[in-house]
Amino acid sequence: MNIVVCIKQVPDTAEIKINPETGTLIREGVPSIVNPFDMHAIEAAIQIKEKVGGKVTVLTMGPPQAEAALREALSMGADEAVLLCDRVFAGSDTWATSFTLSKAIEKLGADIIICGKQAIDGDTAQVGPETAEFLNIPHISYVRKIEDVSDNSVRVQRLMDDGYDIVESSLPVLFTVVRELNEPRLPSLKGKMAAKKAEVKKWSNSDIMAGENDLGLKGSPTQVKNIFSPEARSGRKIIEGNPEEQVEALIQELRGIKCL
Amino acid sequence: MPVRVNVDKCKGCEECLPSCPFDAIVIKDGKAVINEYCQSCMACISLCPEGAILEVEKESPGSADKEGYKGVWIFAEQRAGKVSSVAYELLGIGRKLADDLGTDLSAVLLGSTEAEAKELVRWGADKVYHSKNRIFDNFNDEPYSQLLTSLIREHRPEIVLVGATPMGRSFIPRVAARLRTGLTADCTSLAIDKETGNLLQVRPAFGGNIMATILCPNNRPQMATVRPRVMKRGKYDEGRPGEIVDLNGDGLTSRTKVLETVKEVSDVTVNLQEADIIVSGGRGLGEPKGFKLMEELAGLFNGAVGSSRAAVDAGWIAYRHQVGQTGKTVCPKIYFACGISGAVQHLVGMQSSDVIIAINKNPEAPIFNVATLGIVGDLYEILPLLIKKIREAKGLS
Repeated sequence: MNIVVCIKQVPDTAEIKINPETGTLIREGVPSIVNPFDMHAIEAAIQIKEKVGGKVTVLTMGPPQAEAALREALSMGADEAVLLCDRVFAGSDTWATSFTLSKAIEKLGADIIICGKQAIDGDTAQVGPETAEFLNIPHISYVRKIEDVSDNSVRVQRLMDDGYDIVESSLPVLFTVVRELNEPRLPSLKGKMAAKKAEVKKWSNSDIMAGENDLGLKGSPTQVKNIFSPEARSGRKIIEGNPEEQVEALIQELRGIKCL
Repeated sequence: MPVRVNVDKCKGCEECLPSCPFDAIVIKDGKAVINEYCQSCMACISLCPEGAILEVEKESPGSADKEGYKGVWIFAEQRAGKVSSVAYELLGIGRKLADDLGTDLSAVLLGSTEAEAKELVRWGADKVYHSKNRIFDNFNDEPYSQLLTSLIREHRPEIVLVGATPMGRSFIPRVAARLRTGLTADCTSLAIDKETGNLLQVRPAFGGNIMATILCPNNRPQMATVRPRVMKRGKYDEGRPGEIVDLNGDGLTSRTKVLETVKEVSDVTVNLQEADIIVSGGRGLGEPKGFKLMEELAGLFNGAVGSSRAAVDAGWIAYRHQVGQTGKTVCPKIYFACGISGAVQHLVGMQSSDVIIAINKNPEAPIFNVATLGIVGDLYEILPLLIKKIREAKGLS
């Protein structure tokens, strides 16, 4: 079983603070992490490998420093790592990112491709399904449990708002996974040592041979026009008094907004 | 427009580094280099004291015949035959965009009944493309994307809007990929640029820390998913004329198959993204049975129960109730945060709620920074009292 996991290195958005005077993001000292959802994707891939055998390859597209994210995946137990890194990939939106990833996956060959549900910086959740479409394979989103993996099919639980669906698919297939799926393992000391020495393959566009009109900024249909700070919330009010008085005041407020 | 550094001018002063929200500028060999993370937001340009950071002209891919695309489309999602409320919200904003452009509004309904299709007309659609094919009874991404893709190819709408729901966010990227066009996720505001006629798509990024306006200037259709509960419904008109176009949907295939649909519904609705009122509990509840109080309060408003990640991690409540960065983003009319301190990861999932009511023992808790109404106190004293008073007010006691 060849399993490819697509991961992304992201800034830890929880660490981002807003400068209250200028309303801009303070990015200094914000660490880069493996996108939290992708950690569950890596864990899922390793678990499938442990169960049915095979190979786990982690794939990312990003600047040279994204290699650190791949090494983290290797330390958890992934077998191989590929970094897609080329100036022509710069400025990709989800269309161009998915297209580029799909070219690399075609070259790697995969039975199962696993992605996190979404990245916490962009929050689009689009790259997984778009990649599946470019590969012309089915996908299942929000996988919360992998019930069965056989040589030619899989059965999983897909999380929905009102419950879950049990979904079966032929292989190859792409999953996007949610946190409920598993608990990502901590790398062992041995895993960490091995990951340090492991080779991370670096692929440029000459390795995937994609047309430059479909890559990077040039291949991206969407453009960011501008970025601004969300409006601050106003009208804060602390209700004082003893519990009786507080509740009474709250009831009045609820009446005021026609909630009672 | 791409952003580039003029290396002859760059002195490597690093002034630009903190300005970048995407960590896309690095210093290499004493010069600033813009890497693959760049989203062309241009925040760095004005900050460079040397004027070394520039915008350069972009050649865009594009469909040469943008002019051939007319009309606004919305996708009306159904589950178990019932059209979701987000479809009516999409008709609200879609009607406005169509009127601004002087064009028609159409809805696409896959599955469900003719009665539901007619209802879409009353909520503002001029035309409804409807398929009663049983293949749509369950949700599988491939037949949904196949049919919508071929409809768009045939009729060439200029704008296609879809709810940013689990279903919409799952299948619509396939359509955009196939059509070689842009898709903007989870928009909270949409408008037409009067000069260019382009759709201005506003969405939060970085977990709601910043907002971005996205354009899809050279490709059609312009596609966006729209966050539920943000757009207002349009006017309902019983006598509104409209056309229903039947589609047979023959020849569609799916390599995925839904074997079973399992409902996991507790006494109160768990559908957080549709609820008007959400009562959320966090670590401050102290124990799992605190959620009984949450359910009781939510039940009085026909609302839903949410939680912070801490309560989910403690095993007190199922993950699907989790609100925040790694859970759901919600925007109800009223959000009760009970015993939730208000970590950034939680705030980004609920801070666009109309009214936030926070109850917490700790007056320093960050939740009070976003709360419309704050009560510093013991939730086990406040909530039973509040529930009693609400019951009285509603004549239930």
